[in-house]
Amino acid sequence: MTTTFPPSSSAPPASNSGGLMAWLRKNLFNNWLNGILTVAISAMLVWVGMSFLEWAFTVAQWSVIPANWQLYFVGRYPNDQYWRLWAIFGLVAILSGLSWGILARNTAQLFTKTALICLGLLGVFGVIMPAPLTSRLLFLGAVILLAAAAWGGRQLGHSVAGIGRWISFAWIASFFVVMWLLAGGFGLESVSTGNWGGLLLTLFISVVSILLCFPMGVLLALGRQSSLPVVRLLSVLYIEIIRGVPLIAILFIGQNMIPLFLPQGMRPDNVYRAILGLTLFSAAYLAENVRGGLQAIPRGQMEAAHALGLNPALTTMLIILPQALKISIPAIVGQFISLFQDTTLLSIVSILELLGISRSILANPSFIGRYWEVYLFIGVIYWLFCYLMSIGSRRIEASLNTEH
Amino acid sequence: MLFAATLSVATLTACTTPETTDDAAADGDEAAPTATAEGSLLSAIRDRGTLVCGVEGSIPGFSFVESDGSYSGLDVDVCRAVAAAVFETSEVDDLIEYRNLDSTERFTALAGGEVDMLSRNTTWTSSRDAAGGNGMEFAPTTFYDGQGMMVTTASGIQTLEDLEGRSVCVETGTTTELNLADRMRELGVNYNEVKFQDSDATYAAYAEGRCEAVTSDRSQLAARRTTLPSPDEHALLDVTMSKEPLGPVTMNNDSEWFDVVKWVTYGLVQAEEFGITQDSVQEALQSENPEIRRFLGVEGDLGSQLGLSNEFMVYAVEAVGNYGEVYERNIGGQLGIDRGLNMLWTDGGLMYSPPFR
Repeated sequence: MTTTFPPSSSAPPASNSGGLMAWLRKNLFNNWLNGILTVAISAMLVWVGMSFLEWAFTVAQWSVIPANWQLYFVGRYPNDQYWRLWAIFGLVAILSGLSWGILARNTAQLFTKTALICLGLLGVFGVIMPAPLTSRLLFLGAVILLAAAAWGGRQLGHSVAGIGRWISFAWIASFFVVMWLLAGGFGLESVSTGNWGGLLLTLFISVVSILLCFPMGVLLALGRQSSLPVVRLLSVLYIEIIRGVPLIAILFIGQNMIPLFLPQGMRPDNVYRAILGLTLFSAAYLAENVRGGLQAIPRGQMEAAHALGLNPALTTMLIILPQALKISIPAIVGQFISLFQDTTLLSIVSILELLGISRSILANPSFIGRYWEVYLFIGVIYWLFCYLMSIGSRRIEASLNTEH
Repeated sequence: MLFAATLSVATLTACTTPETTDDAAADGDEAAPTATAEGSLLSAIRDRGTLVCGVEGSIPGFSFVESDGSYSGLDVDVCRAVAAAVFETSEVDDLIEYRNLDSTERFTALAGGEVDMLSRNTTWTSSRDAAGGNGMEFAPTTFYDGQGMMVTTASGIQTLEDLEGRSVCVETGTTTELNLADRMRELGVNYNEVKFQDSDATYAAYAEGRCEAVTSDRSQLAARRTTLPSPDEHALLDVTMSKEPLGPVTMNNDSEWFDVVKWVTYGLVQAEEFGITQDSVQEALQSENPEIRRFLGVEGDLGSQLGLSNEFMVYAVEAVGNYGEVYERNIGGQLGIDRGLNMLWTDGGLMYSPPFR
């Protein structure tokens, strides 16, 4: 496989014996066929790269991105209420920092090279982003807050026992604070979900759906394994029916048909209907992922738990589930990533999430036909978040790995 | 376990709906007695203090989101004019809630009371109007569209017959595609269809020269033409393959509300006929012309007959201008689409308002 990679400056590993030339010969030119492939493929990559750069610097008109910066990130959220979004951003930065510090309390170094690079990149983004000066300063402030909270979290982690539980509690509590800040009410001006949009709405929908579908999926997986026939039947029915229907059909039912069934006065907001659809859909898939983990646990584990006198509920909670979930992490995170990407389908049912708002921007007569630039930009945003999730899952896997 | 599962579903729905009660109270609840004997949507909208207007949200010139987050376009201006007339103010931006609606959900949203009116490029057809069909009420047409054909001038195509053996780019799954097939069969012309799922892909392929012609609604073609690398090398053929009268829509069985939307829309056209503009509406109040005085509510009670204030057209014109101004601001100026059929009847177009008296 490595034969297909073009030679690049970062390619040679540090531990090779004969320098760059030897590495090249060994990996890319070890026989004439590989040599030809290497040359052909690098030529193609260079050509594609050159064409892209030429397009990006000469043809593309990037003005559509900075001009609509706020639409991309927060949609039509009222301008004078932005402070609430910054408050949420700051809160999330502090909690993320604390969690990071606490999780890393036993490592040798908190700010490793990778961590510093990431913080640096965030800082650079904050400086160059095409937003008003105050927004950039606030963003930089949040990055500093993140680093400071990480340092603080590490100190707390050393001095306070059981801090991990507190931080979990803080995350749960923060969810309600975030909801309050976003939607308003209780003293704040209320902002209807019709005005939420862009990345804000994409993240809101995915986070809420992920939080809701996880417990539901675990329960369904356990239900499917249950020895009670009714529970098992209902779980199997639910999982198989939902898995037999495409997501877009569920979303359409949610948006177009549910209002017809409900009495006139009851009309759930369409964002919440979308979250409901995504949650019900993902839970069925998640249940199957978790079931895979459950089946991988040897019977002996359960028998040993019985022998120790644990009742079935405790056996499941303390012995089976922790092991099963650990095994299923890659599949579960895969499900979360696909849920995140599935939010784009909501643009078809007229919800102005990141893709939906992009379609609206493309209808602005000043930006008609700029779809290349717009879709590339949101593509990068989607990639960034999916990649972050995937890194996160690998970190969790590594930290939970108890095998030798 | 079953109990746990139902419990989780129950908490789940409970978690996802707390806001909905508020929102339903804001836009659904009062809208409830829509078409029933309870009264008109008009009073419900007034009590609620906001007009919920269904728009498309991504059609150049008709409805889209500006960079500052506000809505803009011809369809949007119709919503604003109606809101101005209902709420008796020309500052309506905070009084309208826009709802982007897909073509599949627009009628269910209207029927379910999620929106008070549609102003989203909806073609007036008999089946949509009929009680046995969609059962909608169509207010006067605000834009007469029709399917057209854009060709490269280099191809030398002048009429549809010239398309013999040529290829035409078309968006699949639309009436456009069917109209084209019908028309070409009628003419006995053999052409190659190059189909695309998406309008951006269609025009990109046309721009790359994969087909000599592209067909769509004339307003869209004209809008797209301005974005091609060299617009002068492309021309719209002088053919119209279908009739597409687009206008606002309300629910059946609510004449009071329908009349408001209908007459505010007519009023914009009438204002142009009277020569009343956004800037001159205050002067026009001093006019001696009895028709203008009645129209603007200086005399008579045309407004209160509709359940509005007598000056309702003053607010509407102050908010958006007359039809000609609305057209020029959204469609004519930026997109450069000729008024054509959308001229006043006095200039040879179809825009004609019944008399206000």
